[in-house]
Amino acid sequence: MYLYSSNDQQLINERVDQFRDQTRRFLGGQLSAESYRSLRLMNGLYLQRHAPMLRVAIPYGLLSAKQLHKLADISTKYDKNYAHLTTRQNLQYNWLKLEEVPDLLSELAEVQMHGIQTSGSCIRNTTADHLAGVALGEIEDPRPYCEIIRQWSTLHPEFSFLPRKFKIAVTGSTHDRAATQVHDIGIQIVKPNDEIGFRIWVGGGLGRTPVIGKVIREFLPKENLLSYLEAILRIYNQEGRRDNKYKARIKILVNSLGIAKFTELVETEWQNLSADSPVLNKSTIKSMQDQFQLTYESIKDDLQVTSLEKDNFAFRLWFKQNTQEHKVRGYRIVTLSVKAPGEAPGDLTDHQMHGVANLASQFSLGQIRVSHEQNLILAEVKVSDLPSLWKALIQLDLATPNIGTLTDVICCPGLDFCSLANASSLSIADQINDQFDDIDYLHDLGEIKLKISGCMNACGHHHVGHIGILGVDKKGEEWYQITLGGSVESSASLGKIIGPAIAKGKVAKTIKIILNTYVSLRDPDETFLELVRRIGIKPFKEAVYV
Amino acid sequence: MSRNLESRSSESQSSVLIDGRVAEDHWRNYCPIDHENLNDRKDGIIFPFEYWLENRSECLAYNGPKGVACKNTDDISQLKPYINELNLICIEFPIATDGRAYSQAHLLRQRHGYTNELRAVGEIEIDQLFLMTRCGINAFVFNEDIDLTQASKYLTPFSVSYQ
Repeated sequence: MYLYSSNDQQLINERVDQFRDQTRRFLGGQLSAESYRSLRLMNGLYLQRHAPMLRVAIPYGLLSAKQLHKLADISTKYDKNYAHLTTRQNLQYNWLKLEEVPDLLSELAEVQMHGIQTSGSCIRNTTADHLAGVALGEIEDPRPYCEIIRQWSTLHPEFSFLPRKFKIAVTGSTHDRAATQVHDIGIQIVKPNDEIGFRIWVGGGLGRTPVIGKVIREFLPKENLLSYLEAILRIYNQEGRRDNKYKARIKILVNSLGIAKFTELVETEWQNLSADSPVLNKSTIKSMQDQFQLTYESIKDDLQVTSLEKDNFAFRLWFKQNTQEHKVRGYRIVTLSVKAPGEAPGDLTDHQMHGVANLASQFSLGQIRVSHEQNLILAEVKVSDLPSLWKALIQLDLATPNIGTLTDVICCPGLDFCSLANASSLSIADQINDQFDDIDYLHDLGEIKLKISGCMNACGHHHVGHIGILGVDKKGEEWYQITLGGSVESSASLGKIIGPAIAKGKVAKTIKIILNTYVSLRDPDETFLELVRRIGIKPFKEAVYV
Repeated sequence: MSRNLESRSSESQSSVLIDGRVAEDHWRNYCPIDHENLNDRKDGIIFPFEYWLENRSECLAYNGPKGVACKNTDDISQLKPYINELNLICIEFPIATDGRAYSQAHLLRQRHGYTNELRAVGEIEIDQLFLMTRCGINAFVFNEDIDLTQASKYLTPFSVSYQ
């Protein structure tokens, strides 16, 4: 993985010093709450419902064992012994003391981590496919480009006060696991002919006005990546609306101008870029790629999973549901379910974090990934190590065989923590877990992406859930609107609302009715999403609102 | 002094932070309400952007140092023909979080080749001096009466940068 140069280290050390001074001035009354607000947000610090919350960037979702140990230690020392994985490959601490945050950041900097630009109206943490570098059929690993973008966007002098937040995601596979089409800029590595380059999407996003992005450029040569981003950002910085924060995202600008006009503006700006605009030469790309190379053992014999843990049904179930084929023979990708029944989705205790870090050192080349689906991944596991790993994961309560099923929910923190939320989301995840505790039934239902948001800001990505649940406030009561048919993968789509919002106590029962409808109407091997796309929402609506 | 020239010198705000040093601000804003004869003047005068464009020959004929004050919505590429005539360009930050003028600064320096004083005015916060400097702004006039020597310590919180 990418290791900091002395310059990288110096920059984050100086950022800690800067933030320490800003916080000192705020606490000393020399900096107004309003002025401090935009400064602290640009360092990932929110003043939340109960206590300050800090969002730590996990660039493109990659962590070393050492970093995860440190994240665990910080949760012990500064928080209540746990942390939360977000839907954008970040990690959040929820119970901090403001005056201690500079010390916390200083400890993070020791392991090359930070909270820079995890909030605020600036370019946020760049996310990637969580299976980057190990997925079968990948065109190229997106992470070297993410790191290049991370560096370029960090403390960018021109683009630190944009109209609104700005999110970039990169994928190197045709199967899009990075939700690129619902990002402000989505970058897909493509190979239409012999040359590898990028297809650039722009103007996607969720939130109050969900929009699937549009292609602004079918093919961009690699060396032009940063100059093209610069052109898009400059047009957005100058033309994006600043009079209404709900209309300030780039998606609104793209929609109001139309993609043709917006493209024209960007292309003209790009042509005008001066000669000193950044060009990515081959050697820069190559040396960045080298940093992400791993050395694998040469494993000749294909171990049959049936020979492992013979007759152990639980192991086989876990193997089938929570592990995937690796591009290197003899290795397997293992997803750790951070969705155990009864636990808040995406929450990890310090004990679990230390445990996973140790397992990564022992079984996965010392690396851990986090996914936007709020799980952890050990991506470099030898097949022969799977039984030992599985047993250790059971001890850590991270082996629930529910990856990709209904209970592998994406869920925001909701009313329990977030000052924006209208309704609880964690309690809905709980309700679903209680209602659907039969693992055989879950497996029979097959792949279902359930996504829950506690308000229209859509941190839980409900618009793109196969089933989406949105919490709304009705005269002080929590109600829930249900959408069906959303998807964020290769052919992205927004879910459709099935009808009036459902009372809190009836959400899980309503989901049950929807799933019964699916089971009774599906063709053999037809997934939930495929059925909704085939027959529409009407049959579901009729079943729910009888 | 003509009543048509707004004075910045009557108060203690006559200082500017320029190239890291505190200096007296000798520039005056031109108020275009009355057409005033500038023949006798030789001090630095800042013309509003629109006035400059509409009265370019008159402004160019002025004998003293010439400046233009831009709003952050002005198309600064229109200044390109005069870039070598201008001794000062002011760009405005109406609120600290409105970042449009950063792009104007970048373009003036990188694309239009402007090399003289580029001044930030408006809601300038000391924590933004570094980014502004890196976009090519080299002078700052603050709305609030602050200690400029103290402020100058905030020009370079970072010794490294990526861009």
